[in-house]
Amino acid sequence: MDEEIWELRLYVAGQTVKSVTALTNLKRYCEEHLKGRYVIEVVDLLENPQLAEGDQILAIPTLVRKVPSPIRKIIGDLSNQERVLVGLDIRPAHK
Amino acid sequence: MTPAAAALPQLPKAPTGIDGLDEITNGGLPLGRPTLICGSAGCGKTLMSVEFLVRGALEFDEPGVLMAFEETADELAANVTSLGFDLKQLVADKKLRLDHVHVDRSEIEETGEYDLEGLFIRLGYAIDSIGAKRVVLDTIESLFSGFSNQAVLRSEIRRLFRWLKEKGVTTVITAERGDGSLTRQGLEEYVSDCVILLDNRVVNQITTRRLRIVKYRGSTHGTNEYPYLITENGISVLPVTSLKLEHDVSNEVVSTGVPGLDEMFTRRGLYRGSSVLITGTAGTAKTTLAAAFAAEACRRGERSLYFAFEESPQQLLRNMDSVGLHLRPFVEQGLLHIEASRPTLNGLEQHLVTIHKLIAQLQPRTVIIDPISNLVSVGSLTEVRGMLTRLIDYLKVQGITALFTALVSGGRTNQEMTEEGVSSLVDTWIHVRDLEGIGERNRGVSILKARGMAHSNQVREFLVTSEGIRLLDVVIGPGGIVTGASRHTQYMQEQAAGLAAQQEIERRERELERKRRVLEATIANLRTEFESVEEELRRSNQEEEQRQHELTQGRRQIAAGVGQRPGGATPGSESSNS
Repeated sequence: MDEEIWELRLYVAGQTVKSVTALTNLKRYCEEHLKGRYVIEVVDLLENPQLAEGDQILAIPTLVRKVPSPIRKIIGDLSNQERVLVGLDIRPAHK
Repeated sequence: MTPAAAALPQLPKAPTGIDGLDEITNGGLPLGRPTLICGSAGCGKTLMSVEFLVRGALEFDEPGVLMAFEETADELAANVTSLGFDLKQLVADKKLRLDHVHVDRSEIEETGEYDLEGLFIRLGYAIDSIGAKRVVLDTIESLFSGFSNQAVLRSEIRRLFRWLKEKGVTTVITAERGDGSLTRQGLEEYVSDCVILLDNRVVNQITTRRLRIVKYRGSTHGTNEYPYLITENGISVLPVTSLKLEHDVSNEVVSTGVPGLDEMFTRRGLYRGSSVLITGTAGTAKTTLAAAFAAEACRRGERSLYFAFEESPQQLLRNMDSVGLHLRPFVEQGLLHIEASRPTLNGLEQHLVTIHKLIAQLQPRTVIIDPISNLVSVGSLTEVRGMLTRLIDYLKVQGITALFTALVSGGRTNQEMTEEGVSSLVDTWIHVRDLEGIGERNRGVSILKARGMAHSNQVREFLVTSEGIRLLDVVIGPGGIVTGASRHTQYMQEQAAGLAAQQEIERRERELERKRRVLEATIANLRTEFESVEEELRRSNQEEEQRQHELTQGRRQIAAGVGQRPGGATPGSESSNS
């Protein structure tokens, strides 16, 4: 379980403040809790609008946890760390 | 009305192609603007919006996007297949794009700021991929259950509608009816151009769906509640009254199928394309008159449609056979179609749709509804009247001659009133009634009105014989027109009087003959008498002449022979001398 690579996908629409904030926050959490076993894919819907349908994206930014299953979605700029961790089901490693 | 006003550009509209809706909205939904369709569960909101898209794609070459928040694309496609809409084919033809938006709060965690740009991008992508002109969001209110931040949601929805307007797509948004407001989430605040309210009412166990245009900015529209139906061919809205009264009229006259009745009209029949109402109490041969009318139309080779609400086709055929109206051959030739159903089978509107559909299918020249009074059992009087108004309008526009029968109650006061109040709608009104006398009932027919034609004012007695309906000649007795046994009495009296008069004439002639003979005899007598007198006179005259002659002779002899002896021998000697 611990060895599993987390696949995270962040949907954004251009370089908006919210998107940039979200990506920064995400990277920070991952470095803290999932160091070395995560992949972040950023999908810009302005460039690839057809991808929005697949993951049922409505809100921007949306973070989708593809692996491990089940799929989980977190919307917003990920500024609330506690909720992001709960949402992604990450148990803080250092505690 | 003025030319200047007519020249002003009208609000551009996107025709829906839905039966009747374009009529009420004066051409369709506002082009390039959002329209809200709201209503409670089971009203057909989704169906109406899907039909808007399908008709747009098929009839007006406007591709559409359906963004479904509640049903998946497959479910939707399956649901509307029953209406003959093949969504999958349309999708394959790139005329339609289905996008199912799945919103589930349990799967979504909200952390901080967000917006619904993803929805915009999806919708924008869908619109651009097929060049859509029409968009349906069914039902966008589902978003409210998916996101907890109402403030963001509302501002995003507001932005969505603005964005859709800018894109110039005609949008239909469906929403669930709320308590005390049109929609649960107050969506009507955002969509201000056109709001259509659908309603589903159950009165006396019969459901009627109604549609009302709550508002339509920048356009006139029908303001009433219009019943609508979900039929096998989609939604059909029925405007209660046609917006205009300008159908063509025919000057051609068709027979009623009863020769005597035709003669009561100065033009010997009814105008083609007019509507006729036959009212009467029970058992006054309304159906027989109606069937005679149908049979006559069939004899002319015209297709007829007979709606029987009381009898089954077989029963009707048998009963009409008994009075010499043989309808069966016409049915077999396909000229006569009898559609029998119980009025309570359907709601009024459903009946109307059935009638419309059969008319469209069979293209009859004559339509008979027997009787309309039975429809009251499934609707209130106002509703029945509304339905009949629409039906009569429809038939007139189609140029179909229509005949309705109606049962009226036997009370004296309202004998000539129809409960349905359709009498003002029909062109010709024939009333059949019982003429009840002492110990007998007779049937009488009269014409109460006939628009555009003078008609007889008499109540004509008629008989239903095994050869059909026969109007009897008018018999006028001392107290007016007489019927039944009085008619016979009158007839017999007249016969007796006639006989007596005849005998009197004969007697007088004999008398005259006698007098003539007497006179002739007298004349003969007189002539004989005269002849005898004449003879007498003539003889005496001759004798006188003889005597005179002899006298003259004698004198001459006397003068010549003075010496001769007078005596008897003288004449003898004279004669011997010569």
